Amino acid sequence: MSVAAITPAPVIGHGAAGARTVRWSAYLIVGIGALFMLAPFWFMFVFATHSRGEIFNLPPPLWFGHDLLANFRLLTQRIPFWLNLGWSLYVALMATVLTLLFCSMAGYAFALMEFRFRKALFGLVMATMLLPSFMNMIPMFMIMDALGWIDQQRALYVPGAASAFGIFLMRQFASSAVPKELLEAARMDGCGEFSLYWRIVLPLMKPALGTLALITFIQSWNNFINPLIVMRSLPNYTLPLAIRSLQSTMNTEWGALMCGSAIATIPLTVLFAITSRQLIAGLTAGAVK
Amino acid sequence: MRLPAFLRLSPRWAPYVFISPFLLLFAVFSLFPLCFSLYLAFQSWEPTGGLRAMEFVGMSNFTFAIKDGWFWMSLRNTLWLALASGVPQHLVAIPLAAFIHTSFMRLRDGVMAIYFLPYITSTVAIAIMFRSLFSQDYGMINAALAGLFGMAHTDWLTNAQHIKPAIAFIVFWRYVGFNTVLYLAAMQTIPGDLYEAATLDGASRWKQFLHITLPSIKPMIFFGVTLSVIGGLQLFEEPFILTGGKGGPQQAAMTSAVYLFREAFDFNDFGGASAMSWLLFVVVALLTWITNLAFRPRKGRA
Repeated sequence: MSVAAITPAPVIGHGAAGARTVRWSAYLIVGIGALFMLAPFWFMFVFATHSRGEIFNLPPPLWFGHDLLANFRLLTQRIPFWLNLGWSLYVALMATVLTLLFCSMAGYAFALMEFRFRKALFGLVMATMLLPSFMNMIPMFMIMDALGWIDQQRALYVPGAASAFGIFLMRQFASSAVPKELLEAARMDGCGEFSLYWRIVLPLMKPALGTLALITFIQSWNNFINPLIVMRSLPNYTLPLAIRSLQSTMNTEWGALMCGSAIATIPLTVLFAITSRQLIAGLTAGAVK
Repeated sequence: MRLPAFLRLSPRWAPYVFISPFLLLFAVFSLFPLCFSLYLAFQSWEPTGGLRAMEFVGMSNFTFAIKDGWFWMSLRNTLWLALASGVPQHLVAIPLAAFIHTSFMRLRDGVMAIYFLPYITSTVAIAIMFRSLFSQDYGMINAALAGLFGMAHTDWLTNAQHIKPAIAFIVFWRYVGFNTVLYLAAMQTIPGDLYEAATLDGASRWKQFLHITLPSIKPMIFFGVTLSVIGGLQLFEEPFILTGGKGGPQQAAMTSAVYLFREAFDFNDFGGASAMSWLLFVVVALLTWITNLAFRPRKGRA
């Protein structure tokens, strides 16, 4: 991927004081910007450990308090938290597995096989990427209603499982990482088409599969609009929807709300901390090409 | 292990088998809904009456939308928010990426991860964070503004005048890092010897930025601005969650997508909402096309 090939940063002038000033002001600006990015997260985690009364103090608390457990208990009383967390995990995992399977199959076919309407179909894939998401809102509800999938988790992971972005990513990678000659040789040796895909193509596509898995998991975990449209009952909600339902009452329990938001954020933050490089490269891959 | 002959996939049919899940899902969940929504745009229908309650009404859903004050107001809100959050994103992201590009070597991955973090965080968590930060009496933002500039506390989320800037700020905060990363990725593909040669010629940092960096990232500016336009015009989650799904004081934060949702699911007018979605689709396509004309990288130049 071209992103990975980092060119050396430009050479800084001849050790002049001016260059040092530029460098330090860059550190300062980028550093302040980073604080600006992190500050809301800081307050979310701090507020998650304070009672509602303490959050509404002037000035608001800047450091951790002692009410994390109380907030968590309140959270589990108001919503079936573990159930919601479980559904979020289940939906995200199912979405990831199905997306990897379907997108790698389609991407492989689009990249390395000859068939009728190949170009036209791939054009169609690209076109769906440009379609505004609000176009789907109403018909999606009606389809789910017609299928009897309202309030069912499969409505959340099936429709997006052959995502245009995923197919695009897989096709790009397959066409550069899977040598055609290897496939021909394997076919000569009597390798069937399916084991060709399963034993040769898939292992070669591992890096791209990893990236797509991350992106799909994150999107599914954070998804708000689809559950909003199809899910009906609190015990079936995924986490974002369940947490949001906490704030609709007049007496919002801010401590519990922050605690829930923090818990919903932590898994992704950890995942991201480990994989940020690969993820960022994957998400910007389409752009740099 | 070899499969029995009748289970072995012939090379002729294999590609169709491999794309069949995509074809099936695409037909059921993309193509059919799209056609159905076009059909629905010419029908009057309340879902409570069942599918039989549909009635052909010609263009009246479209004429209703065009005469509807809320339709235009929500479109104005959307455009305002798209501009007020989109333009600063790029004005900040480009110099920021240049600073990171020139001065950060070892910490670069960490810095990029921090700037990217809001982009991968749940909108619900973000909206809840900012609802407390923007709260009038006890919010951190008002406390900071009062402490730094002695400003009086502002009713950010309950005043029609103030909720738009508040939401634009959140959207800016969320996507500025994404754009920074895009621009940084583009800058990393610029050959380093261009800068070396310019430094030897005595070109200042500013001149280098102006004459090497900016021209080289032009295609990315085009791409990034297009993404912002498309994304900004679909803005839904941030205003929806922050205003409890209603659009805020005097509907000042009701974007087109939020109105569409309300027209269908609050007011049960699925035909009208479908007609609006097609009108908005035309608007989005037009604006994207205009952006294309304005920002398209010209051929024959570096």
